[in-house]
Amino acid sequence: MAVAKLKSDATEARLAGLTLPAGLDTARKDALSRLIATGLPHKRDEYWKYTDPASLTQADAPQAALFHNDEGPMFDAIDRVKIVFVDGVFDADASDDLAADGVTITRLSDVADADIHWATELYGTLEARGQTPVERPLAALNSAFASDGVLIHATGKASKPINLIYLHGDTGSDVMLHSLVKVDAGAEVTLLETGPAAARFNSVLEVDVASKGAFHHVRSQGRDHERRAVTHCFARIEDEALFKSFTLTVNGKLTRNECIIEMLGDDAVAHVAGACVGDGNDFHHDDTVFITHDALNGESRQVFKKVLRNGAVGVFQGKILVKAGAQKTDGYQISQSLLLDEDSQFLAKPELEIYADDVACSHGSTSGAIDEDALFYLQSRGVPRQAATDLLTLAFLAESLEEIADEALADDLRERLEGWMARRG
Amino acid sequence: MLEIKGLMADLQDEDKTILKGVDLNIGAGEVHAIMGPNGSGKSTLSYILSGKDGYEVTGGSAALDGDDLLDMEPEERAAAGLFLAFQYPVEIPGVGNMTFLRTAVNAQRKARGEDELSAGDFLKIVRAKAKDLQIDADMLKRPVNVGFSGGEKKRNEILQMAMLEPKMCILDETDSGLDVDAMKLVAEGVNALRSAGRSFLVITHYQRLLDHIKPDVVHIMADGRIIKTGGPELALEVENNGYADLLAEVV
Repeated sequence: MAVAKLKSDATEARLAGLTLPAGLDTARKDALSRLIATGLPHKRDEYWKYTDPASLTQADAPQAALFHNDEGPMFDAIDRVKIVFVDGVFDADASDDLAADGVTITRLSDVADADIHWATELYGTLEARGQTPVERPLAALNSAFASDGVLIHATGKASKPINLIYLHGDTGSDVMLHSLVKVDAGAEVTLLETGPAAARFNSVLEVDVASKGAFHHVRSQGRDHERRAVTHCFARIEDEALFKSFTLTVNGKLTRNECIIEMLGDDAVAHVAGACVGDGNDFHHDDTVFITHDALNGESRQVFKKVLRNGAVGVFQGKILVKAGAQKTDGYQISQSLLLDEDSQFLAKPELEIYADDVACSHGSTSGAIDEDALFYLQSRGVPRQAATDLLTLAFLAESLEEIADEALADDLRERLEGWMARRG
Repeated sequence: MLEIKGLMADLQDEDKTILKGVDLNIGAGEVHAIMGPNGSGKSTLSYILSGKDGYEVTGGSAALDGDDLLDMEPEERAAAGLFLAFQYPVEIPGVGNMTFLRTAVNAQRKARGEDELSAGDFLKIVRAKAKDLQIDADMLKRPVNVGFSGGEKKRNEILQMAMLEPKMCILDETDSGLDVDAMKLVAEGVNALRSAGRSFLVITHYQRLLDHIKPDVVHIMADGRIIKTGGPELALEVENNGYADLLAEVV
């Protein structure tokens, strides 16, 4: 009972300063009810065993220094629709017109004035579905209180990617954004998310992909060392639909990225991948994935790679649930970490739960040091030890970057990573 | 070129002496072969010269053109002109062969204070050299040595040697795992690199490689020492009579 009391007290304290924003009233109230029913997470919750949620749930956001660099914006060479939020506040001047062929884009905060039927229907729906079998109270908190976000409706093949650019300008900013993506049958869209967003960022993305639709998601969470983030991506994908999501995380005190996918149509494909580079004993990164196969012939793949040094901690909790009747499911899961010293730590909890008898599911999890033989081989060819280590580190991450379908996007991330390694920090 | 005097070394972590005083002098442009039974210390010598971890030098010296090799990091030895063709080339998943070659070439150029090769120039050179070794575009694109056959791996070693243009090349059992045709191809690659300014140390069990790469001097190594030195005829003697007679002679 002690934990329940702690949780309800923490929830009460967190809610004390918050008021429900206008619009989507029913959805927000329902979300608040879900949150109050479960309470905010606590480190004694099984699902938070490896990641202490205290700094994500406490009433005020912990301070986070700004990270300054002279690098240009990510994906700058790629023609895209830029939508800029500074500490969660939409920056109209810095943003492009919210328009591209094949897609309509609206801000969440405009939904109160406009009757956007699909958004009213979708908002909070996938998040609510994602609360079972495991509670995700921080996502419910977000659905209730998110101040803004973007609603993307792909009706055809979007002519260019949509880039949500999250700038961090205030050391104490506490931001909740909630975005929706609806991909119509046969439509296709790419969503890019870049930047740290805030000192503390709580993000929810709900993605509904109809039959034969395709959704591509590439995210880079900025390089601020002290920022904290909890993100949830809830997806529902139908027949022959494609869902692909990749996240690059470099730095950050605490990151918890949850991805919850329901494969409801036959022949659907879902790939979730992540690359993470953590340096220092105040780095903690957690990938939590839950994929449910509830249709025939589905293919899912989870590929997560982490490079950890100087006491950094990486966590992977990945689950594949194959429901009865989801025959011919092909589920693959790999989580690997490269530990560059003995102080760093990788905690993995891979799970398979299978109720169909004709499926192929596999999972693997490894953690290891850098390959000394490969290192010597490179050195013997004249490559200095540090450069050789970097090369092998990038090679280790490569498998996850290969999950990005668009080569130009993948190349941009690869080049950034190389540069960041060369500069250290 | 390469001057080794009384080199002694232990295997670290194990109280085991591998080299018990090796003396070897290789002049510029010369090809020397070291033959010897398993466990005689041939491969260890190549590892110690190239700077692999795990060995402790307990005495003696090794110098390349007068510079103390044992004092250098492996990459410094490489930049100074030393090259080891590995008996078991290492597979490096995720690193493209071309990226690997360019990184290595440019790292050495940088270490020597030379300009890095442009991508275009590099490509031209590597394509020409790869063609001579019958290395196709696909092998250049694939990750380093991953999924390569034994012959492909060894040809890839020779390609690296050709690109890096070292002055002292050590070939550690380059013939192992090769069929006759592959061995010929590798030997041709090596012979093409022979020049007045470049020396070779060829480590092998068998005489047959030396039919293709003709040595000037042949050394027999046993129990951590060079026990006999002679001309090419020494290799033939080993081929015909085995090592037993030679070993008995010394004792």
